[in-house]
Amino acid sequence: MALIQLTKISRRYVMGSETIHALREVDVSISRGEYVAIMGPSGSGKSTLMNLLGCLDTPSSGEFLLNGSNVSHMDDNQLAELRNREIGFVFQSFHLLPRSDALHNVELPLIYSGMTPSLRRQRALDVLAHVGLGDRVHHKPNEMSGGQRQRVAIARALVNNPSILLADEPTGNLDSRTGDEIMVLFEELWRKGNTIILVTHEEVVARHARRIIRLRDGLIASDEPSPGASALQAVEHP
Amino acid sequence: MTLWQEIKEGTVISFAALRANKLRSGLTTLGIVIGIVTVTLMATAIQGLNSAFRASISSMGSDTLYIHRFSWFNDSHAEWLKAFRRPYITLDQIEALSQQATLIKAITPFSDCRLPVTYKNRTSKSVTVLGCNEQFVNIAGNTVAEGRFFNAAEASGGRPVCTIGSGIATNLFPNISPIGKKIRVGGSTVEIVGIMSQQGNFLGAFSLDNQVIVPMRYYTLAFQHVSDYEIHIRVASMEQIEDSKEEIRGILRKIRHVPAGVEDNFAINQQEMFISTFNRIGGIIASAGLFITGLSLFVGGIGIMNIMFVSVAERTKEIGIRKAIGAKRRTILMQFLTEAAGICLFAGLLGLAIAFPLTLVIRQFLPATLSLPIVGLAVGVSLFTGVVSGFLPAWRAARMNPVDALRND
Repeated sequence: MALIQLTKISRRYVMGSETIHALREVDVSISRGEYVAIMGPSGSGKSTLMNLLGCLDTPSSGEFLLNGSNVSHMDDNQLAELRNREIGFVFQSFHLLPRSDALHNVELPLIYSGMTPSLRRQRALDVLAHVGLGDRVHHKPNEMSGGQRQRVAIARALVNNPSILLADEPTGNLDSRTGDEIMVLFEELWRKGNTIILVTHEEVVARHARRIIRLRDGLIASDEPSPGASALQAVEHP
Repeated sequence: MTLWQEIKEGTVISFAALRANKLRSGLTTLGIVIGIVTVTLMATAIQGLNSAFRASISSMGSDTLYIHRFSWFNDSHAEWLKAFRRPYITLDQIEALSQQATLIKAITPFSDCRLPVTYKNRTSKSVTVLGCNEQFVNIAGNTVAEGRFFNAAEASGGRPVCTIGSGIATNLFPNISPIGKKIRVGGSTVEIVGIMSQQGNFLGAFSLDNQVIVPMRYYTLAFQHVSDYEIHIRVASMEQIEDSKEEIRGILRKIRHVPAGVEDNFAINQQEMFISTFNRIGGIIASAGLFITGLSLFVGGIGIMNIMFVSVAERTKEIGIRKAIGAKRRTILMQFLTEAAGICLFAGLLGLAIAFPLTLVIRQFLPATLSLPIVGLAVGVSLFTGVVSGFLPAWRAARMNPVDALRND
């Protein structure tokens, strides 16, 4: 069974007297362990799709099955619980809590899931070490570089062992060298079995994925294996 | 996440938030600080008034019954008129009662009038002259300071002897001992056998030391042949006071020929009635006072609400982040409620710290201290204010849509 199963998903926004159709009856299926990029120009519905996949929003119509449970009709609290358990977010502008250190930022999802302090601390430290920040755990976001901040965000996304790692333009605020490092980290995480969904408008970034879904005007324009994936793989992992 | 975890986490977050906005938090607390100071002072003053009253009332003795035609407190004029039409209590009835009652320790008839008292060239114009028997000294909350109280033989013989209050002693006998001296009371001459110890005044109204106490038999002979007698009774024990009252009531009804089914034609008064009446009036004063001071707290609460709305608005993105990674509505609600309660608690403690020296000033006028219950009240009220005024902003935060909140910059 697919990890994510979208069936005839539509999302409409009412803006005054106008109704905007951000998504029109989209069907998507993503299996566990896939590395998918979602592409499209602005206004194509890609952010809307990401919000739906991230369980931040519910569709106007259609069915969304995530890991077997129907998300379409869940209420606020059920969605929050689902996000906590199943989704790890990585945002373009990191979205860390500015007054908290790296450790606390990474611990946060575990606090919300109700893990005991000693356990969650150990778990957070492990994940921070894993993304290469074992020596930065007590730094606050403004004491770290962009790349380090994004690593903290990735650690926070991973700490609950989510089903999906959902990254929204993860390299958008980074220079290209740091961006590449982050993409290498994603590649590594994918190889360890994580399911990754990458939302981007950059072709170069999307090529790291193994499958690219292109959206246009709320519809799927194409859904095919990434052309660069095999070539990239050959370069990075000969 | 359990409620307790949420409160704990909320406390950590709110401390960080308060530290980050020291000046703003400080200014916001000012309203609550003033509110708590006024509430604390008002409560302390009311408590001081209470204990001043209690000190005064203690001269009446809680185990003493005061029986009269009139009840001390009438709810209406009609009730007073009804009591007015009741027959007097006679000395014979009192004698019969003292023969029959078993659950009493002491009993005396009681009557008083105001007369001038003279010794040689010194005169007190208006002195309370009391008629009673020798058991009076065991009933009134007072002792003999010098000499003795008149005895049973003098009482039953109606001898012209008296015990005087300490006020009379100092006024009429500035330099010599009054014992054995003869004074003129009204038109009669009585001999002083003892002096009562100083008692102060009753509720600030009249002095309990400005008295001449004579045997009732002599009183009726010399001052008032018939009067509206009262009966003062000290019950056998405080535990049995209700039984004593019932017994006395039964005997008096029989003696005074009250038919079954008709209400008593006398009233059994006791200290408690004073206390309950005072409590009723004091309660009204207290609630009015606390309501007015509560208004200043209300204003402070509005300040808190205002600043919490600002806090929620400027942390919209943080709320979005927290919701995105799994914070439920209640978690966010608790976070901001804890913050509001925390600000108010801090303000409450600050208010108490300011109020404490001020209560020492009040102490100059009333026996008032900043008691533990008042401290508890102040802390409770400030927490309550925080929760109430923080609720609306916290609710707004809890209901935010994560997508919109994250987009906020």
